[in-house]
Amino acid sequence: MEILVCIKRVPDTSENEIQIEGAGTDIARDDLVYSVNEPDNYAVEEALQIVGRTGGSVTVVTVGGEEDEEVLRREMAMGATRGVLISDDSFQGSDGRGIAAILKAFVQRGHYDLILTGVQADGGCAQVGGMLAALLDYPFASLVTSIEVLEGRKLKIGREIEGGGKEINAIDLPCVLSIQTGINEPRYVGMRGIRQIASVPIPTLGAAELGVETELVGAIAAKVKRTGYFVPAAGKGAEMLAGSREEVVEKLMDLLKAKGGLN
Amino acid sequence: MARIFAYIVHKSGVPDDTAAELPVAARKIDPTQPCTAIVTGWGADLDRVCESLRGSYSEIWKIAKEPLAYPNAALVRKALLSVVPAGSIVLVPHAHFGVDLSPGLSIRMDAAYLPDVVDIEGVEADWLKAVRQEFGGQVSAHMRCNLSTGAVLNIRPGAFRPSEGPAAAGQIVDKTADVGALTARRRYLETAAAEMGDVDIAKEPVLISIGRGIGEQENIAIAEDLAEAMGAAVSCSRPVVDAKWMDKSRQVGSSGQTVRPKVYLACGISGSFQHLAGIKGNPFIVAINKNPKAPIFRVAEVGIVDDLLEFLPALAARVREESCVPGKERQRS
Repeated sequence: MEILVCIKRVPDTSENEIQIEGAGTDIARDDLVYSVNEPDNYAVEEALQIVGRTGGSVTVVTVGGEEDEEVLRREMAMGATRGVLISDDSFQGSDGRGIAAILKAFVQRGHYDLILTGVQADGGCAQVGGMLAALLDYPFASLVTSIEVLEGRKLKIGREIEGGGKEINAIDLPCVLSIQTGINEPRYVGMRGIRQIASVPIPTLGAAELGVETELVGAIAAKVKRTGYFVPAAGKGAEMLAGSREEVVEKLMDLLKAKGGLN
Repeated sequence: MARIFAYIVHKSGVPDDTAAELPVAARKIDPTQPCTAIVTGWGADLDRVCESLRGSYSEIWKIAKEPLAYPNAALVRKALLSVVPAGSIVLVPHAHFGVDLSPGLSIRMDAAYLPDVVDIEGVEADWLKAVRQEFGGQVSAHMRCNLSTGAVLNIRPGAFRPSEGPAAAGQIVDKTADVGALTARRRYLETAAAEMGDVDIAKEPVLISIGRGIGEQENIAIAEDLAEAMGAAVSCSRPVVDAKWMDKSRQVGSSGQTVRPKVYLACGISGSFQHLAGIKGNPFIVAINKNPKAPIFRVAEVGIVDDLLEFLPALAARVREESCVPGKERQRS
């Protein structure tokens, strides 16, 4: 099976406090720790496991700039066969539909049976996979938590639904699936693996080479724009308990007693 | 202004809570027109849902097809494309079904897509002004969404509080005849029920809930020890289940269990809306997190910025002192 996994380099929100820059036009990015979007890592692991069972290869692709090469290399160190960077100045300011249009052009240059994305990235949009499927006229399923390869170019997939249950579907190949975290246990990548892949060249493709539909990409085409960031209103906000740890424990004990927290 | 539709999520003949929330969002887009409900499904359940919406919608479009008995997003998308006029605005709850349906729907409608909308600030020329959250809810963003060719807006459940709308004497319009044969390359087979665990966290009055901040699997013992001292149970957020440190049956959230405790200690939990959606009944929430910017502090009653691994044992020791219950023997390894 030939599998494409679309990945993104994002600020690691579990490691970073996100601050807004003075004018509110962006978040403060200088001190952020970046890594591969966590659900994408599960998607790559799932692709590697499928190829391990059925044969084939795994390609990882990202749309961005030079700095995004590091996440391609990380996933190649996990075992992905090749990485491709898609980069062009004209892509700046693309909305989700624009990114999907760029990826569509890349997909049409190859022969992929299965395309995976992470369920969502730093913007929490969960949109590119479903849009890419619609642009390609492929079937799509989101929030996928299990994949079984069936005979006759079909998959049996489970997708997460409300309340902890799972919706089981059969889906024809080629298709696009967005992968939910927890579907597998992504393998560990050591420094040695990263070093081994450090000098492998990563091809970079631009708009002209891909034949991207330019009317869908870039800031001009975007139907959705972000005009600024702000800190959400605190609502009523929590009463913050201050003082030494002993003092805080005492205050919390009183509150827990009053609220029935101590049985 | 384009016509506004609300897609109604329903189960077992009962509309989802969001059915009362979408009209509130619609009025913030255009206060001058009532929005139209679209309900897809089959049989008596579908009729019950349509009937129950007559108080809150002036018009309810019903699509009754046997293949829609289970809401397969691929089929629902086809059905909607057959009935929704070009240029319309479609509101969908941003949850498991909406995430499946809407990105592709927007492409097929050649419409804009704005996911997970938490507020709407009005319309200026062709542009909708709305608010989203990014980076796990740590910051909010002012968004502009172009309405000139229509839009699909996924609305966050719970973000728009239901209010008394204009009285509606809803008329049910059967649109089934406009929808052709429904087939798709994705076929629903069955639903696998949630696994039951040893403890039913939905029934526990006091929960010590742990998140990514617990750090390592062996640290869970610290939360278990506090739970034992307090007579509480341990629950968790998604990353703890993803790491296979706790069973899925202990997960609180829209993809896990819905809990109704009196007291909820959120330990190292950032507070994603998917997690908060699983906490009902307005409990006393105490948030303990080392990141003072964690969104959980916006919803908690009481917040503590500290290291869990030191704070929880200190609290456990104090609880035991109070209740004069001797601590359990610590196992030496």
